[in-house]
Amino acid sequence: MFRFILNKLALIIPTFIGITIVAFAFVRVLPGDPILLLAGERGVDPERYQQLLVQFGYDRPIWVQYFDYLWGLFQGDFGNSISTKRPVLGEFLTLFPATLELSFFAIIFATSLGIPAGIIAAVRRGSIFDQLTMGVALTGYSMPIFWWGLLLIILFSGTLGWTPVSGRISLLYFFPAVTGFMTIDSWLSGQAGAFRSAVSHLILPTIVLGTIPLAVIARQTRSAMLEVLGEDYVRTARAKGLSPRRVIGLHALRNALIPVITTIGLQVGVLMAGAILTETIFSWPGIGKWMVDSISRRDYPVVQGGLVLIAGIVMMVNLIVDLLYGLINPRIRHQ
Amino acid sequence: MRMIKTLLAATAVTAVLSGAAYAKTLVYCSEGSPEGFDPAPYTSGTTFDASSKPLYNRLVEFKRGTSEVIPGLAESWDVSSDGLEYTFHLRSGVKFHTTSYFTPTRDFNADDVIYSFERQRLADGPWFEYTSGISWEYFNGMSMPDLIKGVEKVDDMTVKFVLNRPEAPMVANMAMDFASILSAEYADQLEAAGTMEMMNQQPIGTGPFNFVAYQQDAAIRYSAHPDYWGGKQPVDDLVFAITTDAAVRTQKLLAGECHVMPYPAPADIDSLKANADINVLEQQGLNVGYLAYNTQQAPFDNANVRKALNSAINKQAILDAVFQGSGVAAKNPIPPTMWSYNDAIEDDAFDPEAAKAALAAEGVTDLSMKIWAMPVQRPYNPNARRMAEVIQADFANIGVDVEIISYEWGEYLSRSKDLDRDGAVLLGWTGDNGDPDNFLAVLLGCDAVGGGNRAQWCNEEFDALIQKAKTVSDVAERTALYEEAQVVFKREAPWATIAHSVVFMPMAANVSGYVMDPLGGHWFDGVDIAE
Repeated sequence: MFRFILNKLALIIPTFIGITIVAFAFVRVLPGDPILLLAGERGVDPERYQQLLVQFGYDRPIWVQYFDYLWGLFQGDFGNSISTKRPVLGEFLTLFPATLELSFFAIIFATSLGIPAGIIAAVRRGSIFDQLTMGVALTGYSMPIFWWGLLLIILFSGTLGWTPVSGRISLLYFFPAVTGFMTIDSWLSGQAGAFRSAVSHLILPTIVLGTIPLAVIARQTRSAMLEVLGEDYVRTARAKGLSPRRVIGLHALRNALIPVITTIGLQVGVLMAGAILTETIFSWPGIGKWMVDSISRRDYPVVQGGLVLIAGIVMMVNLIVDLLYGLINPRIRHQ
Repeated sequence: MRMIKTLLAATAVTAVLSGAAYAKTLVYCSEGSPEGFDPAPYTSGTTFDASSKPLYNRLVEFKRGTSEVIPGLAESWDVSSDGLEYTFHLRSGVKFHTTSYFTPTRDFNADDVIYSFERQRLADGPWFEYTSGISWEYFNGMSMPDLIKGVEKVDDMTVKFVLNRPEAPMVANMAMDFASILSAEYADQLEAAGTMEMMNQQPIGTGPFNFVAYQQDAAIRYSAHPDYWGGKQPVDDLVFAITTDAAVRTQKLLAGECHVMPYPAPADIDSLKANADINVLEQQGLNVGYLAYNTQQAPFDNANVRKALNSAINKQAILDAVFQGSGVAAKNPIPPTMWSYNDAIEDDAFDPEAAKAALAAEGVTDLSMKIWAMPVQRPYNPNARRMAEVIQADFANIGVDVEIISYEWGEYLSRSKDLDRDGAVLLGWTGDNGDPDNFLAVLLGCDAVGGGNRAQWCNEEFDALIQKAKTVSDVAERTALYEEAQVVFKREAPWATIAHSVVFMPMAANVSGYVMDPLGGHWFDGVDIAE
């Protein structure tokens, strides 16, 4: 097991270096010069342009810029945003809890609905429920997030008035951020109705962000269950006279869940990508919206810092899932 | 509406319970996050709406709803006869904000004015780069470092600006966002504490609202400045709820989650106008969208060819297809809301047959040309590609073959300046200070060839007029000069003037006192909400 963990960790370092190179190169390959964009129609004279190049450090050879950047990263310095002039890491840490909170609820939503739906669909294979679930899952998977979000807002917030349109909490409530998680902070604030407001603001974005993972988890659970249900040990369990509930719940499900857990882990990447659009629609102040704004402004330090941090998080989650997988499936760690 | 009712009801309950007075809160669904709260280092309207407008004042201000300059923190000003000295007499008894992080010990005076300008001007001053990567782009963009020779304190309540050359738009420049007046006393406090960067995060000004808090990318909170020199505001609190998507902003307005929103999607305007709970204000923007020929390249160096092409453009078709009702046809290079606009000028009539004949008379046959279409959406041109296609079809009617090309935005701006540029460029301009010089000299002056003058057009007669207008401070005299310059422009036709945009501002029906700003800013002083 120790060797297994060591192997996994050894892979992390070159991957991380690779990510920094990609992030660094990516923002520079994008057409568009941050200084020209900053100046707009007003323009900037060549002398001033040179001054700004020097000020931002873009006049130096690209590899010098890269190694400076990498050295900064190791010291925890992600640079300052060109537009707000504030440290990138500070901004990320302020905004990340909002994304984390939304992603957490989205994955709970996707798992708690996706796994039961997948199990029932597998057990009643070919039934109307199965066909309906898989049809809905396919639709959910292929739905454009932006359109889906707007549709829900127009129906539930606009027409029915059941949920708020956007934001994290009603503007009526104002309290200092303690943890950055609105559900917890609103509870801690002790203000009447704040917690309820925070939860009601979570409903639509959770559904929108959770839709694709829900579809993926439901389909994965169904196919894993179908495979396991055909195994000899399940037939044996049935032959022993165990109740269908015990056969499915104890023998089949435990084995079927192994690939499902990996799938859930991999959804973290999907959630980060989905957060970009979901946060933009729901004016959710998280890192997705922050990245979109920064890309349009060619705010290099924010884009590359954001990419590295997000990729780092996805990598860490994948590592944890790998380790977890090794833990619950002895065959993997002994390979 | 119902959310606001709940909000107000809940506020009332809280207020009663806490024994506080009833608080009236105005919610504005703003379109983006401010970059900071010190306006001078920035150039975007979103940042100015959140900083210079609610929090600060300037020596002079634009009279709301116009581009006319009126007294602000300066009660009056004198200009020396040679046009080189501007002396401002300051208003007394003006209080800075008192907040949890700053308590002023004195009123506004000349030191604050000197601090606010010198920090942008003196490269060796402690505030010139008070936070990493800061620069003074508007101050530089308006050529202030070359223009201002010195800023002097005559006495506590008098400040003199000495210029290197006469510049009539100087007073209008003083009303711009970068010229906002900050507190020198607060600056000293921050410098002593070693926290200079807070100037951009915890602002102190003399404006109608105090800064309370900024929740990044979510909301900005202000409260009415109780000692504001212009009187306390009718609302107690002002909140900016940051909502980037236009369709979502509309839904928030309809659901009563905000009172006022900017920039509705064109598709939503008709339904908003039809809604009895919503008022939609509209005003022509202080901008112009144009097609600039390269007047240094044949056959576009011939004014008759340019005029022929102009009369082949069907502007009405462009207004319908590109602006969808949110634009008006442009005949002059400055917008109709600007002083000195020459309304006597007649636009070129749309007449493809005459255009064809005029081209033939100039010996131009089988003409092929390029039209550059901007890759971005701008108020003066919401869809440049579509606009280029309409013009392409119009020119095809008179036998001119058009190829449409485009580049990434930064690249587009830079390449379109080239003197040997191949093709006519679609571009536009939004006014900075409401002064005609800010359009005519910046976009059409000889000095701007190879820069902002995308037509590469240098006409001696035109240039002499606008140069003279820069040196005279009498508005009537300047008006006459600019009116004449517009006549020369129309005769020479370096551009096809296309359109000025119309800006819409939807708000809840119970909002009163909101006045639209032709310069594109959003102001909330004087705005009230009926209960």
